[in-house]
Amino acid sequence: MKTNKKLFAGGLGQLTIPVIAIVLLVIFNLIRDPGFFGIAVMHNNDGNIVLTGNLISIINGASELAVLAMGMTLVTAACGGQDISVGAAAAIAGSVLVKVLKSASAINGGTVILAFCSACIVAMIFGAFNGVLVAVFKIQPMIATLILYTCGRSIAYWINGGATPTVSSPIINAIGSFIPGIPIPTPVLIVALMAILFKLLFHFTSLELFTQSVGVNGSAARLNGINSTFIKLLSFIILGVCVSVAGTIGVSRLGLINHETLLLDVEMDTILAVAIGGNNLGGGKFKISGSIIGAYVIQMLTITLYAMKVSSTDVKAYKAIVIILLVVIGSPVVKQRFGKLVEKLMSNKKTVSVKGAE
Amino acid sequence: MKKLRALVIAGVLALSCVVTACGAAGGGGSKTIKVGVVNNPPSESGYREANVKDMESVFSAENGYDLKTSYSLKNDEQLQAAQGFITEGVDYLLISAAETTGWDEVLKKAKEAGIKVYLFDRMIDVDESLYEAAVVSDMAKEGETAVNWLLDQKLDVYNVIHIQGAMGSDAQIGRTGALDAQFAAGTMNKVVQQTATWDEAEAKKIVESVINSGEDFNVIYAENDGMAKGAVAALDEAGITHGVDGKVIVMGFDCNKWALRELLAGNWNYDGQCSPFQAKIISDLIKGNTTSSTKKIINEEKGFDAKTLTQSDIDTYGLGE
Repeated sequence: MKTNKKLFAGGLGQLTIPVIAIVLLVIFNLIRDPGFFGIAVMHNNDGNIVLTGNLISIINGASELAVLAMGMTLVTAACGGQDISVGAAAAIAGSVLVKVLKSASAINGGTVILAFCSACIVAMIFGAFNGVLVAVFKIQPMIATLILYTCGRSIAYWINGGATPTVSSPIINAIGSFIPGIPIPTPVLIVALMAILFKLLFHFTSLELFTQSVGVNGSAARLNGINSTFIKLLSFIILGVCVSVAGTIGVSRLGLINHETLLLDVEMDTILAVAIGGNNLGGGKFKISGSIIGAYVIQMLTITLYAMKVSSTDVKAYKAIVIILLVVIGSPVVKQRFGKLVEKLMSNKKTVSVKGAE
Repeated sequence: MKKLRALVIAGVLALSCVVTACGAAGGGGSKTIKVGVVNNPPSESGYREANVKDMESVFSAENGYDLKTSYSLKNDEQLQAAQGFITEGVDYLLISAAETTGWDEVLKKAKEAGIKVYLFDRMIDVDESLYEAAVVSDMAKEGETAVNWLLDQKLDVYNVIHIQGAMGSDAQIGRTGALDAQFAAGTMNKVVQQTATWDEAEAKKIVESVINSGEDFNVIYAENDGMAKGAVAALDEAGITHGVDGKVIVMGFDCNKWALRELLAGNWNYDGQCSPFQAKIISDLIKGNTTSSTKKIINEEKGFDAKTLTQSDIDTYGLGE
């Protein structure tokens, strides 16, 4: 409710656009089908009591995107550019996860943790690779990450070979679907955990402030004693952690890795989530919560279109239209114009008590 | 000097093969038959991986073959490789071309050199006289086999969720055609027809949205195994039974080993396959074990029913591990 207070108390925050987008989508769906957001409690085929419904599908389905968007926000803020290799890197992380699981004699809690740690380390190394190119060699982030974007899925292929290896284990199933006894999908819980971890990280360190200052003006930050190279590198390594988490969720959902399709095209959705979240794509001020809401907006849009039986080949086109609108409305130019317009209206009415949008 | 010697040896070998060809037939042969295979790389797909493995196991030294292979996705590299095999003096040239055009010159040269050409998996746009035979798949047949199986189930009503592969790909067109004909004829109802572009997660979302809408369905026709798995994951989460004795019939394609194991466990009902196994047919033709009246040989497509599938089928026909 904090965002709402901000919304009405003037000084429309960064979250205005994503929140308005979500509200509009909810209203649209409720008009279209009043039962759209109905949640049902039922038994799944494993005999667990679980929640199902469109709302659960949306929140659950957006999990990978939300996790990636958190890391992407940090990279965007620090470097003023985006990592377009997250999908390919997630395929690598997922492949490593499956490779380790398959080489273990039996899959138990320990091997799953080991596999995840291996995937995490590999993803962090690839993140560091991107980070070095960007931070040390000062290559444009999109160009630097283009390398991994191009070769990432080939690397993933080398790890496991051409077929689609599967892993079946109750633990993997619990990560990707439901933990027995908990009716909420596990990926949703993982997103919540990641969000809390980020909150704690920002609370106990000055990373948020440092990232922001590096993003706003790297040289000025350096003159103030902030190692901007390190901050940029760190943002990519943190994104690497997010990538491995997203890859793990993706693999666990089905207990299968298809290096060609795992989180395919997710990089574009991730960048969009960051943009819809009202973050400046040129670096500087950022809000991770905005990106998370952005991820849910994208997923809600997809599920809405599916529910309307729009052909999935057309979904991308419809999505593009909505997103163009959102991004244009959220652009500084429109915001400024809108702000001026509101100011004008205000001064005409001579009301000071209610400050409008800016 | 080395090259020259190799050439001479190859020439002698080729000659001796021709001389002993009749005698070698049937018995496995005492002389090695030199076979050059120009193929796409195994990394292309699970299909190709199985295809390459099949070639390697059939054209092995034990079976009296000397196998040389070249893998590329690029037509010009493939052409060069074929050229190389001709210069080397192989007896047989087996080709799965990256593109259908540009092969005239090379095949003519092969003919002049007395090298017999077999095409497999894919046709090439050349005159029939330039090759011995082409062992290819009939994609449309694969869909028909599957849909005929479905019709044989004699369900009272067919409410089908159809999850398509990447639109426009050969496999998608072949697997969609037969089902579309049923939709058009009204024998089956289309609950939803969506492409998931081979993406498992997307398939799951599509099925989820149908479940959430509350619409009734009793068949899932997914155009590959991965998407079928995605669809089944959605069913599992919603507590809908599937497979043999289940509410929903699950159909997949490709026959990965893991998918066939799902069939064996009764979780799925049907798995169709575009057979990657052409090596045996070609080997039989080379050794004269079989003859064909037509140049174009349609490779038999398989379809497995969960009720009749056996472990040995999985070992023989399953792809991957």
